[in-house]
Amino acid sequence: MQVYTRRRAANYAVIALSLAATAFGLVFLALVLWTLLYNGIAAITPALFAQMTPPPGSAGGLLNAIFGSLAMTVLATLVGTPTGILAGTFLAEYARNSRFGEVVRFINDILLSAPSIIIGLFVYEVMVVTMGHFSAWAGAVSLAIIMIPVVVRTTEDMLRLVPNALREAAVALGAPRWRVIVTVTYRAALQGMLTGVLLAVARISGETAPLLFTALNNQFWSADMNGPMANLPVVIFQFAMSPYADWQTLAWGGALLITAAILCLNITARILAAWSSFKP
Amino acid sequence: MTSPATQSLPRSPEPPPAADRIPLTVRPLRPLSGAPSQGVAPETAVAAAPVANTKVEIRNVEFFYGKFQALKSISLPLYDRHVTAFIGPSGCGKSTLLRVLNRIYELYPGQVATGEVLVDGANILAPGLDVNLVRAKIGMVFQKPTPFPMSIYDNIAFGIRLYERLSKSELDERVESALRRAALWGEVKDKLRQSGLGLSGGQQQRLCIARAIAVRPEILLLDEPASALDPISTQRIEELIAELKSDYCIAIVTHNMQQAARSSDYTAFMYLGELIEFDETERIFTHPREKRTEDYITGRFG
Repeated sequence: MQVYTRRRAANYAVIALSLAATAFGLVFLALVLWTLLYNGIAAITPALFAQMTPPPGSAGGLLNAIFGSLAMTVLATLVGTPTGILAGTFLAEYARNSRFGEVVRFINDILLSAPSIIIGLFVYEVMVVTMGHFSAWAGAVSLAIIMIPVVVRTTEDMLRLVPNALREAAVALGAPRWRVIVTVTYRAALQGMLTGVLLAVARISGETAPLLFTALNNQFWSADMNGPMANLPVVIFQFAMSPYADWQTLAWGGALLITAAILCLNITARILAAWSSFKP
Repeated sequence: MTSPATQSLPRSPEPPPAADRIPLTVRPLRPLSGAPSQGVAPETAVAAAPVANTKVEIRNVEFFYGKFQALKSISLPLYDRHVTAFIGPSGCGKSTLLRVLNRIYELYPGQVATGEVLVDGANILAPGLDVNLVRAKIGMVFQKPTPFPMSIYDNIAFGIRLYERLSKSELDERVESALRRAALWGEVKDKLRQSGLGLSGGQQQRLCIARAIAVRPEILLLDEPASALDPISTQRIEELIAELKSDYCIAIVTHNMQQAARSSDYTAFMYLGELIEFDETERIFTHPREKRTEDYITGRFG
């Protein structure tokens, strides 16, 4: 009986510690969100979406930065998603037990945890220096490089969750390997893979360091992918560091905007995941 | 090799094979060429019996999982339009043998099969063969139901679409006839567009059988097809096997002795990677030649 009492006490202690740890994390998340809302909500006006980033002391918005962020994120996603999914497919379906696959997986994991500023410096050397100027192309490339390892990893993990029995069943019908992957395995792993892509998009939409070295920034409206382009993270960085109150307000607004967008992406990912488990 | 007649072993506590089975005299019987347990007792060699056609001739098949040898020189025939059951304790190699017959083991590196598997005289283990065409000819149903994550209709149509270009109405017909043969049509005809994952376990397994026969294979391999099912679903699957026997050469792996006795014409008993005995089911369950077979079917080990 004494053993039981002790175990029950230990159980309560562990529950209490777990709750405390959860609360600790949640408190900071709540504080961040509250600060963002408190300071940023005032900046969310129609002008934010309609006007360009202003010089200090005059009214303006973030339209050019919003456009730039969207353009580079979309481009990076268009490059990063198929590349990442194909590489993840290779690792999970074709190179599962091979030495080469292990090497690729290891390098991908390194890339996954590489600081984004390193990626920025790399693209700066390779693209910006050789082209002679900053450009949105370089920005999109650096974002794609950050995105690819994330998608590779989630795609591989999701495909590995598909039971071998399903592959065997399709192969036993005489289906060639590629057909099994495209029609059966992808379908079984689709929601997980989509979630992975969305989370990767969320990750790159807030990256600042790689854009500092590549797309830089642009005070004016520009849709020229070959030149410097405004983007939310760098504008937030620049405006938040400035001594001007109206710039700081815009920075809060931009920060709130990115957070809201990432939140939306995460919720979409959640809904997709739930939808998949709901489907009988 | 001892004969049970001379040993006066205790009778099997098993119920004798069901009475409604085809009587022994009309069953085909032929010398078991190549089987390790050679020598058919003369009194069982019913001369006038119609001889079954050998659909598959397994010759000296050995199998390796890396360094581990899982099959040791297996040789036996599988007869067309007959059911051959593989019994034996877990790990004896019966599932492995089934996986050799459609080369599904090749999905995994480090698994190697040697020897010959002649299907209609052609060795399907020969290199350079289009393995997908081999598999289309040899259907397989697995232990756990494996419906694809798509509609019931698409589950069946999947295999057909691989090798045939059919019009919508022809495809509909093929899907319906496959589901009818698998005794599933009545239960799913109003929900063909619903996910195959929404069916019960027994229905899913019949869906998998329908999917396998939809591509019109010549041989059906069933790897413990009823072991994950309840008794009623099991009975339906067994009825289905009896029904399908008229068209296919069927090999079934089972842990259920009664199931082997009920639904097969021939039985192969395997132990530790070796084929111990292969004979007519009736004989295996009443007069096994090998002590180990007797011990296994009477439940003394395994």
